[in-house]
Amino acid sequence: MLRVVICGGVDDGKSTLLGRLLYETDGILDDQLAALATDSGRYGTQGANLDFALLADGLAAEREQGITIDVAYRYLSTPRRRYLIADTPGHEQYTRNMVTGASTADLAVILVDARSGLLVQTRRHFYLAALMGVRQVVLAVNKMDLAGYSEETFRKIEKDALAFAARVNVAQAAVIPVSALTGDNLVAAGDRMPWYAGPTVLAALEAASTAQRSEELPFRYPVQWVNRPNSEFRGYAGSVASGRVCAGDRVRVYPAGRETTVERIVTRDADLPEAVAGQSVTLTLADNIDVSRGDLIAGLADGPEVADQFEATVVWMGDEPMLGGRGYLMKLGTATVTAVPGAPKFRVDTDTFEHLAAKSLAANEIGVCNLSLDRALAFDSYAANRATGGFILIDRLTNDTVGAGLLHFALRRAHNIHLQHVDVDHAARARQKGQAPAVIWLTGLSGAGKSTIANLVDRALYAQGKHTYLLDGDNVRHGLSRDLGFTAADRVENVRRVAEVAKLMADAGLIVLVSLISPYRLERRMARELVEGGGVRFVEVFVDTPLAEAERRDPKGLYRKARRGELANFTGIDSPYEVPEAAEVRLDGGAGPPGAAAETLLEFLVSEKIIGR
Amino acid sequence: MTLGILQRLEAEAIHILREAVAEAANPVMLYSVGKDSAVLLHLAQKAFFPGKLPFPLLHVDTTWKFREMYAFRDQTAREQGLDLRVHTNAEGLAKGINPFTHGSAVHTDIMKTQGLKQALDQYGFDVAFGGARRDEEKSRAKERIFSFRSAMHRWDPKRQRPELWRLYNVRKNKGESLRVFPLSDWTELDVWRYIELERIPVVPLYFAKPRPIVERDGALIMVDDERMPLAAGEAPELRTVRFRTLGCYPLTGAVESDARTVADIVNEVRAARVSERQGRVIDHDGAASMEKKKQEGYF
Repeated sequence: MLRVVICGGVDDGKSTLLGRLLYETDGILDDQLAALATDSGRYGTQGANLDFALLADGLAAEREQGITIDVAYRYLSTPRRRYLIADTPGHEQYTRNMVTGASTADLAVILVDARSGLLVQTRRHFYLAALMGVRQVVLAVNKMDLAGYSEETFRKIEKDALAFAARVNVAQAAVIPVSALTGDNLVAAGDRMPWYAGPTVLAALEAASTAQRSEELPFRYPVQWVNRPNSEFRGYAGSVASGRVCAGDRVRVYPAGRETTVERIVTRDADLPEAVAGQSVTLTLADNIDVSRGDLIAGLADGPEVADQFEATVVWMGDEPMLGGRGYLMKLGTATVTAVPGAPKFRVDTDTFEHLAAKSLAANEIGVCNLSLDRALAFDSYAANRATGGFILIDRLTNDTVGAGLLHFALRRAHNIHLQHVDVDHAARARQKGQAPAVIWLTGLSGAGKSTIANLVDRALYAQGKHTYLLDGDNVRHGLSRDLGFTAADRVENVRRVAEVAKLMADAGLIVLVSLISPYRLERRMARELVEGGGVRFVEVFVDTPLAEAERRDPKGLYRKARRGELANFTGIDSPYEVPEAAEVRLDGGAGPPGAAAETLLEFLVSEKIIGR
Repeated sequence: MTLGILQRLEAEAIHILREAVAEAANPVMLYSVGKDSAVLLHLAQKAFFPGKLPFPLLHVDTTWKFREMYAFRDQTAREQGLDLRVHTNAEGLAKGINPFTHGSAVHTDIMKTQGLKQALDQYGFDVAFGGARRDEEKSRAKERIFSFRSAMHRWDPKRQRPELWRLYNVRKNKGESLRVFPLSDWTELDVWRYIELERIPVVPLYFAKPRPIVERDGALIMVDDERMPLAAGEAPELRTVRFRTLGCYPLTGAVESDARTVADIVNEVRAARVSERQGRVIDHDGAASMEKKKQEGYF
């Protein structure tokens, strides 16, 4: 089975080429052909002839608009083998679609129009194929019928293409002159281009090899599911991602690194002596050690790396940009963890391959950044092993798949810095102060009254003899975060810093009041997880003041400036505020004096036994 | 050692089944009694061996399936000790919805699509396996293996999650669900070759034998029970036929065939010049009808 990704621009005739390839290899049945004839009459662009493009466009919206929206999967069979073809649209979302199709491909078919030659988008297709590890490319120089079947035209494109293939590290490139419309050099050579002696497109596909001989790589086995039907049997279900394993082999279970022996390779048909890449089996181990979903079993030689910080290339696919400092779910193998990307080191211009400075990654942009995980994982570099080096990123609120990543290497920083154990813990420090530590996080619009309320509560707690500190957003901006601006990426980083400082202070036993706009739900959640992860109470307080009222108060004159266009990215005006969905306390900041709101908050702290009366 | 195509397809389907079960709260397998369901059930038993199936089976019964399908379903459930739940849209049944009076579109919507949604909601299933394949129909070719559905069970072809490598995103919010298709990359021929290789039992309707047939709008409809109204002068005629796909008997056309064994069927499918869904009346209810039905929550 050979997996192929086929890519080309809107007018390169990709669907026509694919449709005709299916037709000429008998992949289209009579009733489908009859439906095609009907559709050709209704939507076709080829007059009385069959419009093969309509075969590939599966959705009604696509046929009506004459465009391809999404990746489609097609099957082609020859006596030699099965082809699984990912047909990727070339226009909108081309990066996302092509990267998806190329992630599993052994070979890429790239189309160019003979009349226009190698375009910027052709270079892009080459680059993306190479990035995703596709090392074999068939470049179909299409529409030779419209280029007078000219050898000179073809040779020039061939020369450019081969030079470019070498530059992006595509080892094997076949360049073929074709006419998808007439079928020349697709399946049969035809008689219009006698000067071309090379293979047809089909012959080039038949000659290709499966790109990564995954059974020859080191053994990798991500554990999918623990099978425990009864107390007698404990097996680890999974697919061999690469390499091979025999019963009796010594293996190591990552990330913990425990060594053990493969006892049996279980399948319903019979136990196997050996399993190779691609097989789904169930392993039992000789030792009773703790193994769960997300662990990776590997051989003793050529083991994977284990780290919680990496450098990686990220292809962004989300509608919202990737922001450094924001937490995403990361799925690598069968493990799902939280990953926080740093600010991109650079993004790649896919037309010129230049490295450009970037603070975030928008949809269909590609960049390189560091990622830090909430726990260590075993991995290989993507270049060494696709199965254990490729990951996806998932938005924690929408659950959409928003990014794909290719791991480069582990960062040594975290490796050598182990957390130092401290004997006096936060509970002990707090006991000494006669209180329980907590972080009370006030969020709301600028001018909502956060700082006024926080200040009143701080005074009341001080009067009770509590040890407190008030972290105020404006004050923080003068020191800790003086290097940050007000873009989305900088706001995320600002909240991260304040959350880390609040955590340290709570660790010192303090009751910490935070007064910070903190407009995004995800970062407030990050702050909560950070604080609660250390065993400290986190209280989210939404100071709910209508925008109109905050703007009327405008204590610092900022709304007026923002309305005049002198202040960009101002929350509530041209930057969003995401209202808390489950804050512990909601204070009505629009009605009544701030003292009443402070009283309400103090009452809550008493009722939750965070403070006494 | 290189894996053959069937071994590879089998391993990938098992991988998909396990991946979904590992992350699902309350999975279910849609069991439609046909050959694809038979293969899916067989693969699931392999995936979780030596354990039992970690999910129940759900049959959405329109009450219009072939009698031999009901017999086969009950026999399979009994012999293999399966947890089979059967759901019929009671409201539709009370109204007497049937394909003859109401037409195939209304019948399919109320008894199949609405019935399926009722059952999924009633049991709170969050992941439902189905035997659909991408080679069956054009809109299926664009559907993901893990196909996300909104809380209203709707499929939005323009907002599908990209599927890279073998990393399936199984996450969803409360009320949302996933339809999962482990046989996505299989073809009809693969299914029959696998049935042959693994000796998987299938409903006898797939094998040719003389059956009482009436011809309507070019479709060979089997008169399976007395509920089928015959026109004046219309008389069932014994013809040697088999079924390439199975569904509600009034909506499922037979094909003339002499294939009496699985090996005969493999040869017949290999040489076939028409696709298997041609005999299905519901696929032809207006252009792009499968796409529309899927958006409304059909499998």
